[in-house]
Amino acid sequence: MDYHLLREFADSWFLIFLFVFFIGVFLWVFRPGARKTYEDTSAIPFRNEDKPASSEASGSRRTPQE
Amino acid sequence: MWDYIKLIALGLVAVFAAIAAGYARDLAYQVNAVEVMLVAALAFIWVLRTMGSRQPAAENEYFDGVIRAGVIATVFWGVVGFLVAVVIAFQLAYPALNFEWAQGYLNFGKLRPLHTSAVIFAFGGNALIASSYYVVQRTSAARLWGGGLGWFVFWGYNLFIVLAATGYILGATQSKEYAEPEWYVDIWLTIVWVAYLLTFLGTIFKRKEPHIYVANWFYLSFIVTIAMLHVVNNLAIPVSVFGSKSVQLFSGVQDAMTQWWYGHNAVGFFLTAGFLGMMYYFVPKQAERPVYSYKLSIVHFWALIFLYIWAGPHHLHYTALPDWASTLGMVFSIILWMPSWGGMINGLMTLSGAWDKLRTDPIIRMMVVSIGFYGMSTFEGPMMSIKAVNSLSHYTDWTIGHVHSGALGWNGMITFGMLYFLVPRLWAREGLYSLKLVSWHFWLSTIGIVLYAASMWVAGIMQGLMWREVDSQGFLVNAFADTVAAMHPMFVVRALGGVLYLTGGIIMAYNLYMTVARKPRVEARSVAAMPAE
Repeated sequence: MDYHLLREFADSWFLIFLFVFFIGVFLWVFRPGARKTYEDTSAIPFRNEDKPASSEASGSRRTPQE
Repeated sequence: MWDYIKLIALGLVAVFAAIAAGYARDLAYQVNAVEVMLVAALAFIWVLRTMGSRQPAAENEYFDGVIRAGVIATVFWGVVGFLVAVVIAFQLAYPALNFEWAQGYLNFGKLRPLHTSAVIFAFGGNALIASSYYVVQRTSAARLWGGGLGWFVFWGYNLFIVLAATGYILGATQSKEYAEPEWYVDIWLTIVWVAYLLTFLGTIFKRKEPHIYVANWFYLSFIVTIAMLHVVNNLAIPVSVFGSKSVQLFSGVQDAMTQWWYGHNAVGFFLTAGFLGMMYYFVPKQAERPVYSYKLSIVHFWALIFLYIWAGPHHLHYTALPDWASTLGMVFSIILWMPSWGGMINGLMTLSGAWDKLRTDPIIRMMVVSIGFYGMSTFEGPMMSIKAVNSLSHYTDWTIGHVHSGALGWNGMITFGMLYFLVPRLWAREGLYSLKLVSWHFWLSTIGIVLYAASMWVAGIMQGLMWREVDSQGFLVNAFADTVAAMHPMFVVRALGGVLYLTGGIIMAYNLYMTVARKPRVEARSVAAMPAE
């Protein structure tokens, strides 16, 4: 595992991996059904302003979001 | 049991710090060791006196105490940093202010790193830690992970700042821009930063929301990248464990490249990604509508972090750095236009349909101007990274003007907006003490930035042109001192801009203090809560 081997790898396979990942993000964002998910996600700041979720009973531990 | 371990550890730290102070080889190290000893002793006494009486964390409440402390620290360090800024701006305009009796301690060369660290790391860092703790708890719907670890992060980080600041004045520096603290301060910051990462990640892990809100992605990339940059750029061997001096592991052009890989990504991830996290939470909250396009925010995030990391070499155009590396840096800097402006558009368009708020709400006005400056400085930066432009702009005050339109305009203004948003909520007060004072602050800072940026453009471009001016025989026309004399009026204007900005900061500190001291408490902790649906 000398420098040149790592350098070869970085210049070829890893470069391709990063590039594909980068393009993949763009495709992933525009996948079908994304709009509904993102509408819900972008509304997160408007929930749970005062208290953590599911804390009616004091000291209750995590319960999944409905 | 845990308290006994803490007591033993703190006691050992205090003793070893006392020993180190005794054996110290230089004054900066000695003073720093005494500071560590005092802090460890105070922490020891505090743990001892509160043993058994401390309340366990209430899981059904957010951990807001540390955020309140962070807000106070942000305001305090902000005013201190702006004050030092004004002092050094006048020192540049009137060199007589480098007093003879303070030579070696309070001259420009010593105060300049104090200013940059105070505004970037003390003001900006405390703002980032406090706001990230606020945002990650609210958007994860969970209390901060780690019990009292958040307090360790807050006090540890501020101890780092005090150690660094006193070290600079007394001469401990490794002469790397924005990475001046010496080896033992670097090690301490690494420990604090790991604790910061743990509290942040732990909160995300126990979140009750199915998705991780985009602001957290930006904050997390800021924390992780700063950890990586900090460790690699500070690889150094201390000359003695009892002295502040250390020797860098890299040398020559490798060292320069590592430094500017660090330096530019400190701008990219500390001053950009971290503050974008702020933007993606506080702008939607203040505008009371969700971010314009969540898809764009994801593209913004990935594009920004993929591209920013390569832009560093543009700091080393026309140096010993190989041509291909500096071209690479230039190309990636120019591509950065895209995500930067995508993010700016996303922030600004969040107000679409709510633009009328600009007339009535000075806080949203501050945030919008901040995003405007983000767009301007991320346009200017790539332009200056082009080699032909850089040959004119580099080493001149144009660079200083560019940095300040980003730092004062983007980072400063978004932080002020964040503080005005947070203080009434954190102290459960019915709104701010005075919106009129917010308006005053807004106009003073904006005019201050305009004076600063405009004077530095003129000074920088003039200086660049004077340096390259040759006569018919091919001799240089101007000596360096000629350019300095020619820039004097611009230096005075810049200092006046700084005075306006400092005045705005003091007004903000007064306004926030009066908000907590005078405004009545609200009973329910919700101030302007939105309906959950």
